[in-house]
Amino acid sequence: MTDVKKVLATFLVNGEPHEVAFAPHKTLLEVLREEMNLTGTKHGCELGECGACTVQVDGTPILSCLSLAVDAVGKDVRTVEGLAKGSELTPLQHCFADLGAAQCGYCTPGVLMAADALLSCNKSPTRDEIKQALAGNLCRCTGYLKIFEAVELAAARMRGEKAQPSKESIHGS
Amino acid sequence: MVLDDPSARSPQAKSDAPWHHDAKKEDLKHIGKPIRKVDARSKVSGLTKFADDLSMPRMLHMKLLRSTRAHAEIVSIDTAKAAALPGVKGVLTGKDMPIPFGILPVSQDEHALCQDLVRFVGDPVVAIAATEEEAAWDACRLVDVQYRERRTIGGVHEAADHPEPRLHDYGVRGNIHRLENLEFGDLAAGFQKAEHVREDTFFFEGNTHLPMEQHATLAHFDKDGKLTVWSSTQTPHYLHRALARVLAPLPAHHIRVVAIQNGGGFGGKSDPFNHEICAAKMSMLTGRPVKIALTREEVFWCHRGRHPVLMRSKVGVTKTGRITALDFHSYLDGGAYGSYGTASTFYTGALQTVTYAVENYHFRGARFFTNKAPCGPKRGHGTPQPRFALEVQLDKIACDLGLDPARIRLDNLAPRDSLTANFLRIGSMGLGTCIEKVVAGSRWKERRGKKERTADGRIRGLGLACSSYLSGAGLPIYWNGLPHSGVQLKLDRSGLVTAFCGSTDIGQGSDSVLGWIIGEVLGIDPLGIKVVTSDTDLTPVDLGSYSSRVTVMTGNAAMQAAERARDILAKGVAEKLGVPANRLVFADEKVFDAEDPKKGMTFQEAVVCTEAKFGTIGTVGSYTPPATAAKFRGGGVGPSPSYSYSAAVVEVEVDPETGVYRVPHVWMAHDIGRALNAAVAMGQIEGSVYMGLGEAMMEEMAYRDRSHKGHRVFVHKIPSLLEYKSPSALEMPTVTTYVVEDPDKNGPFGAKEVGQGPLLPMMPAVANAIFDAVGVRVDEIPCSFEKVFAALQAKDKRYGPSLGADGVPTVDFGDSLKIKTPWQGGDGTAWNEPKREKKAAK
Ligand code: FES
Ligand code: FES
Repeated sequence: MTDVKKVLATFLVNGEPHEVAFAPHKTLLEVLREEMNLTGTKHGCELGECGACTVQVDGTPILSCLSLAVDAVGKDVRTVEGLAKGSELTPLQHCFADLGAAQCGYCTPGVLMAADALLSCNKSPTRDEIKQALAGNLCRCTGYLKIFEAVELAAARMRGEKAQPSKESIHGS
Repeated sequence: MVLDDPSARSPQAKSDAPWHHDAKKEDLKHIGKPIRKVDARSKVSGLTKFADDLSMPRMLHMKLLRSTRAHAEIVSIDTAKAAALPGVKGVLTGKDMPIPFGILPVSQDEHALCQDLVRFVGDPVVAIAATEEEAAWDACRLVDVQYRERRTIGGVHEAADHPEPRLHDYGVRGNIHRLENLEFGDLAAGFQKAEHVREDTFFFEGNTHLPMEQHATLAHFDKDGKLTVWSSTQTPHYLHRALARVLAPLPAHHIRVVAIQNGGGFGGKSDPFNHEICAAKMSMLTGRPVKIALTREEVFWCHRGRHPVLMRSKVGVTKTGRITALDFHSYLDGGAYGSYGTASTFYTGALQTVTYAVENYHFRGARFFTNKAPCGPKRGHGTPQPRFALEVQLDKIACDLGLDPARIRLDNLAPRDSLTANFLRIGSMGLGTCIEKVVAGSRWKERRGKKERTADGRIRGLGLACSSYLSGAGLPIYWNGLPHSGVQLKLDRSGLVTAFCGSTDIGQGSDSVLGWIIGEVLGIDPLGIKVVTSDTDLTPVDLGSYSSRVTVMTGNAAMQAAERARDILAKGVAEKLGVPANRLVFADEKVFDAEDPKKGMTFQEAVVCTEAKFGTIGTVGSYTPPATAAKFRGGGVGPSPSYSYSAAVVEVEVDPETGVYRVPHVWMAHDIGRALNAAVAMGQIEGSVYMGLGEAMMEEMAYRDRSHKGHRVFVHKIPSLLEYKSPSALEMPTVTTYVVEDPDKNGPFGAKEVGQGPLLPMMPAVANAIFDAVGVRVDEIPCSFEKVFAALQAKDKRYGPSLGADGVPTVDFGDSLKIKTPWQGGDGTAWNEPKREKKAAK
């Protein structure tokens, strides 16, 4: 295992080229975290069960723990580090921060990448569509509700509405 | 905002200090508002560092070879081939770390690597570090361990029936780890008074925390002889102590533990772990940084989750449903080690009395050692199991007597500001309000028992249950007379306030609690405060993030430090402005005269003028909980500065043919004293509903009993995230949450616990709702579809452990400790207890 010959390739990650040498059996998750030091992408199982490792490849959310890095060469890879524009957070990130949709924050990068992909193809997702889109992302802290609300709020704001979180979701009924 | 006269304040940390529970909502600028958490931006940007995100130059990767046997003597370990593998830099076995450790002083029964015995599949035997992760795995496969198998002990009945072979050479006897037997009041008289008596058995299967982050640790023993350990731990102080113990003679003050942000804990990162100690030792051995990140499967082996508990409960009530006597037995399957098990055992008998006034109470608890991953504290620690039993049993009693299950609870409420039969001191008590809220919200009175059909032919049912939980344990884990939490503040002439505290943010927002409270007292923006936490080199001790202690204990320490800072600043400003100090108001980043608001200065100017006058500004605050009223042996588990209360109504829709059900709606009311932050408190409540729902419906830490060359081996049935069923986004119901605020005088601004309590009523409420829908009783958790189906098929319409002689193990509990209740004139001691030696408080 340890003397496998490495391959050299250039990845396009968050719009920037990264040239790395890596063993060809390495997953995209491993190469992102270990070779490019992009540790924002997390792992909860490395078996395709939790969604913590979700990144976007050509706009589609995928589980980076199940994808070989070599398959991502020549594609457009996007990770949580690539969401914010400079130091300005996206509406989705703002809504997650405001509603407390990130508690421990460990599932958050994966959830954000899945939700961001949903919002890029569906401007007004219903609660059910959000649930479906996030069904593969486990979160042990939030009970998902603040995540759903944050996605809905961000969608409204991205449509240009002056939406605020409901009183019930912040203070209870 | 000047809340009280600072000159009246005691200079010492006093548990009876005024914590401003009576502050008016409208006077509070930050408390209760939905302000962002101090670390919210990093969390949504992927910038928060977790332990496995750290790496260092020359870092080695470590792996543990774990036992494949459930119970065996280690005959020999041959690591020669492994050590010779290219890339391998260090190999450790048990003999390198012979000193035992454990979270509780009474059960120092673990070793960093097994000595001569393995006690469960997954017990670590060898540690190997290599330059590459894969080399470390490969090397593990080259180790040859020879075992001599021993008989395995698979559960509580087996442990009771087979004292030999013993898993440990300590404990009560045989494989009984703990036996508790406490009698409060006169049980016989209580049952005599009863007009209706019920006896039931219940079983609560074990389940696990399943934090999304697998435990990870990075250790670095530097060239100056100092050790630093960064770890995903909820309890850096206790880890620090365990490291100092095992790594002796390395002095404790040469060890630094940094509890890095936890990716979820729920109690699963509260023990000092083998892998943490091995990483430290390995770094000392190799002189290089060493990291270990557990695999998901290994997280299941670490466990320390919910104990499987078998329970027998006998309750006597009057015909109006008033509880006159409770006789409760619990049998805990502890797994292979002690962990928090002593406390867990007591907790199965502690909090029943805090919700309902129980006049006479007898509790017997037994914990057994078995050859499975050790059990310990999971959210609710030891109290969800008995809570399930009590709340289902009350439902049955209400049914027997033809009473409304909500009414029977309201009629039994423990009074506020009272002592319970087992000498727990109740302060504020909002359970009645909680019940009323969920009853009204769910339209309980109109909808219960109606057996409405859904469009797809399912039958609707509603179930109600209540609970209570601690706001931190009243006593520390090891005996000492020191504060439970300490906070230091540094005020900089730039206007920056930095708070140093040993508390650990596991996602619940404890870092932010510091910011909110200090910001409120000093009248500055909480997000402008710098928070430095959970670093044993830099921060004063806080015992950790367990037993829901942070809000009250860290919060009160922070308040004291902040008020002392305000007092100093007030002195400096008063002199400068020529205004009496007690007329100064701290608000909106300013300090000004209450009578002439134009007369004042910015907060930063206040710091500068005070520093010019008195020199560098720093203050400290600390908190020690009130002395407990329970003085009998075992009375240390249960007392708390305050108790939170919850009530839930759960709606189910059950298929009467198959037992398959769904939960569309939950109404949850939680009395948290006061919400320090509305949005964050909501998140804690919703997260509890979610986790409780998982336990109610599907989660179980179940074992397969496999044979291996004629020996039984207990292998976890499902050590993966996919097979260990937990609710996904699709199963999460609509939740209507009621935040009930009944401020408690022991909490900062009246705040109590949030985040564990609302998990507890979920399991019994689901079981009660299923009964309401289809008339069957599942007296077992998880209340899976299969069990509902089995109950639908059963003659007695019930699923659960039998009430007969084979129902619970045969155990001689010995004589009970007899304690007179407060209403019998008891003083909190046991009248038949042999004199205890007084332990010296250090
Ligand atoms: S790490 Fe769990 S799905 Fe990839
Ligand atoms: S926020 Fe902790 S797992 Fe989702």
